[in-house]
Amino acid sequence: MSTRVRGVSSQIVNKITPSGIRRFFDLVASTEGAISLGVGEPDFATPWHIREAAIYSLEKGYTMYTSNLGMPELRRELARYLKDSQGLDYDPDSELLITVGVSEGLDLACRAILDPGDEVIMPDPCYVSYNSCVVLAGGKPIMVPTSEKNNFEISAADIEAQVSDKTKAIMLGYPSNPTGAVMPRDKLETIAEVARRHNLLVISDEIYGRLVYGVEHTCIATLPKMKDSTILLGGFSKAYAMTGWRLGYVAASKEVIAAMFKIHQYTIMCAPTMAQVAAIEALQSGEDDVSAMVEDYNRRRLFMVKGLNKIGLPCFEPKGAFYAFPSIKNTGLASEEFAEKLLMEEKVAVVPGDAFGECGQGYVRCCYATSMADIEEALSRMGRFVGRHRK
Amino acid sequence: MLKEILEILENDARTSAKQIATMTGGKADEVSKLVKKAEADHTILKYKTIVNWDKVGDEQVSALIEVRIAPQRDVGFDSIAERIYRFPQARSVYLLSGTYDLLVVVTGKTMHEVAEFVTKKLAPIEGINETTTHFMLKRYKEDGEILGDGEEVKRQPVIL
Repeated sequence: MSTRVRGVSSQIVNKITPSGIRRFFDLVASTEGAISLGVGEPDFATPWHIREAAIYSLEKGYTMYTSNLGMPELRRELARYLKDSQGLDYDPDSELLITVGVSEGLDLACRAILDPGDEVIMPDPCYVSYNSCVVLAGGKPIMVPTSEKNNFEISAADIEAQVSDKTKAIMLGYPSNPTGAVMPRDKLETIAEVARRHNLLVISDEIYGRLVYGVEHTCIATLPKMKDSTILLGGFSKAYAMTGWRLGYVAASKEVIAAMFKIHQYTIMCAPTMAQVAAIEALQSGEDDVSAMVEDYNRRRLFMVKGLNKIGLPCFEPKGAFYAFPSIKNTGLASEEFAEKLLMEEKVAVVPGDAFGECGQGYVRCCYATSMADIEEALSRMGRFVGRHRK
Repeated sequence: MLKEILEILENDARTSAKQIATMTGGKADEVSKLVKKAEADHTILKYKTIVNWDKVGDEQVSALIEVRIAPQRDVGFDSIAERIYRFPQARSVYLLSGTYDLLVVVTGKTMHEVAEFVTKKLAPIEGINETTTHFMLKRYKEDGEILGDGEEVKRQPVIL
């Protein structure tokens, strides 16, 4: 009998290449006095009334598991919210699932629908988890290049050109992390058409759906005949400044929710109870907080984008999320080199664009969810840096 | 436009016209013009700083004074209020509904100074029936700002 020498990690995990970006993160963490534009979360603490609701629930002793799907009251509130805000009708008992952030929803969606070798088409650049979750579920990510020229919107024609008999789904993440792009309704309609024509599912990560500036965010599930084929992923992290609570949700057809539920019940059981209580409060009376934060982000967005353009880093206008994605091509530096030199020379942290896909090369992600004073100081430091390195 | 400018200034009076213009997508000279106009017509009364004097060790004494007024023919609340708010010691003066009529906020360097003002200046004003003085023991929040070091938002340096 021969003995095979096996590593500890599985073949499927080995497919995920360790990201080089980790080294850069460590560098940022160890740089004193650095201003970070590299953070992907709000700089607001969760509104007090939401925190207070959770504290009260702990005092009352709500510390047990909830229903696997999530608290019935939360699912009812969520159904009402989706109806009021998007006009979408979801049955709270069979078409909604409360998850541990969108991250869990994304993982469940991939594992619930993919067979080995199934392909998922997604924009490049896009949020880092899309690609990895597809790979971990045994699927194959098909990256479709997007560019600044097209406002980083993925085109229906490019998607269709990649459709094969293995294609199972299209993954969308708009408003986009890292680019801040928002998908206009007419473009989304052409993508819906491709999905319908080829009978594809759409996984739509709409975690930034509430953070749009002067434009409307269209949820793809609201387009004709798209509700049943859309897996809508949403959450509380960005709109209500609740990242650490780890709470999200999935809205999808009965069949998809049933499939995702099978995995969820054995791997997660239920989302944290106190976070669910907080989410009920957020949905019931958090609207004013969302508008106030959006208004505030918008001011910083305008400030950041104008500032970047002024210091010689041309920046397309992001209409959503809280990121600007300027081009650094006129420095002649690659994204990672730019980020590392900028950190070393001027102590400003930005995220190299190629961390989000090859098409992010030549760009960096700058988050403007940070104080106006820090944005101003960071811009002035970056201005000096660009002045020195301009080709 | 003006409302947004005022909101920004109310939150941070040091924001420059240029910064406001960038934040709102307007033009700096338009912002300056609107601010000047708001200053001229007393929409903007004053630019102030909220100071936590406890940190300086320079103690101040404040008191809230309830004032009950005996209604008299030809003398309204407004004119009595005016006789009070003319004194610089009266930092704020409000007309209220309920068990008393005016609320006056008085500050001074010592308790004695505040008491002197109340007994010698305020109480003797004709039409004032009765005053109740509440000395302030501790200030927790001022104009929307929590005194003390507030809460700290701690974030990881980089998050994708």
